[in-house]
Amino acid sequence: MSKDIQAVLAGFGGQGTLFAGKVIAYAGLIEDRYVSWFPSYGPEMRGGTANCSVTLSVEPIGSPLVTEPDAVIAMNQPSYDKFVEEASSGAAVVFDSDLVEPGDSRSDIQKIGIPAARIAQDAEMGKLANIVLLGKLWSITHFCERATLDEAIKKCVPPSKAHLVDMNKRALEMGIDA
Amino acid sequence: MSERVLMKGNEALAEAAMRAGCRYFFGYPITPQTELAAYMSKHMPKRNGVYLQAESEIAAINMVYGAASCGKRAMTSSSSPGISLKTEGISYMAGADLPAVIINVQRGGPGLGSIQPSQSDYWQATRAMGHGDFYLPVFAPSTVQEAADLVYEAFDVADKYRTPVVILADGMLGQMMEPVVLPDERNLEDLPEKPWATDGHHGKRTHNIVNSLFLDAQELCDKNVERFARYDQIKRDEVRVEEYLTQDADVVVVAFGAAARIARSAVNDARSKGIKAGLIRPITLWPYPVQAIENCNARAFLVVEMNMGQMVEDVRLAVNGAAPVEFFGRTGGVIPRPDEVLEQIVAISEKVGE
Repeated sequence: MSKDIQAVLAGFGGQGTLFAGKVIAYAGLIEDRYVSWFPSYGPEMRGGTANCSVTLSVEPIGSPLVTEPDAVIAMNQPSYDKFVEEASSGAAVVFDSDLVEPGDSRSDIQKIGIPAARIAQDAEMGKLANIVLLGKLWSITHFCERATLDEAIKKCVPPSKAHLVDMNKRALEMGIDA
Repeated sequence: MSERVLMKGNEALAEAAMRAGCRYFFGYPITPQTELAAYMSKHMPKRNGVYLQAESEIAAINMVYGAASCGKRAMTSSSSPGISLKTEGISYMAGADLPAVIINVQRGGPGLGSIQPSQSDYWQATRAMGHGDFYLPVFAPSTVQEAADLVYEAFDVADKYRTPVVILADGMLGQMMEPVVLPDERNLEDLPEKPWATDGHHGKRTHNIVNSLFLDAQELCDKNVERFARYDQIKRDEVRVEEYLTQDADVVVVAFGAAARIARSAVNDARSKGIKAGLIRPITLWPYPVQAIENCNARAFLVVEMNMGQMVEDVRLAVNGAAPVEFFGRTGGVIPRPDEVLEQIVAISEKVGE
């Protein structure tokens, strides 16, 4: 059973947080649920932290800006520091443990660190740390059916890069198992 | 019926405009509207239409004037500072009775302001899209689906009343993705005839003139009075508003566009606390849904906007002293949070509940 999710995915520009957010959004589209995806598009896009808010819900969505996420992917320290504070009680905060040192005092949330960039690199999937982390987040939150996740990847990868679909699917699997 | 797809508001506005028969788009890049022009540049050529990036916003609006004069469905889009530049041309179009669609994906102001979402061009859109004695229909979508639907209908409204029509969106709506079912592609042959267009008389009729200069005072007076008769018809037939849980509401929130999404969440939260809250969401900002507010028996109104308080004046005019009208807003590009709005509803409810 797919669960509602209010997620924030954050990292440096180029780490693929907006793309990973799109995968969640497409999963919601495929399952015919209410969906919103809202990117940061301000000055932070130019070199600072890029992030997006994604909501999947059975109800119509109010603000697409997620202010109390129940799911967070943090790909760098400033993103972790910022969004760990905003996370709602019980939230799943998934981060790259090689890049983030959790220095917060929250004890009411789940903090799950995996060396996502290293996992991706070791498997020669250089830039897919975002998808590895997404797989991990899915394994905790089950925001969609497992099969939907692969379908969503297929929809998000542009036709010109269709050869990368399988690699993305493998990255998901490695994240789920990590 | 086409399938449900995931699109940014900016892209949905562009796609729906082309499906409405728009084949002439003149733009100039500005955040947070740029994806609209970018989408047009990619897809307009596939429909044998014209996408042109002008040398400035002023040039772009005057190109719209030209295309509209020839009877074609034409559009331009920009964000707040760019819209200010276009207002001279928009006034000329109103004066020349030219139909077209103008999209404002608002950002924080005044001046260059910020690039974050804002609703601070309400006054400009409803009162001052240029100099002179005129109004424009203003549509304020609140979802990506509604953005697509309204821009599609805006071309019909523009043609029917021979007036420019404004879509007042904002950076949130432009940038966010939501599922949308796109409207059907209009057949260009079925679009309304425009016997007034300056598209060549081929020696078969007297020539048409499109012009906004009337040096004879009486002639201009008659023109303006005739145009205001059309405005009366627009006020009668084109008002659009959504009412949500207003029937038994003690506190009615009034909000449009992006702010209405947040207000609706706050209304739902208030209801679950036992407070009878409701929402009036104007979809047309001009003509304003005065009657929906007049007919409302709320004990108090709360106007929520992403500005320092602009539409609140129209609500006060409509309420006309019958109940207190309070305001809550965030400005400069800050997006209000549902819990802030809820706090206001609770406070007002306690005040009027005694």
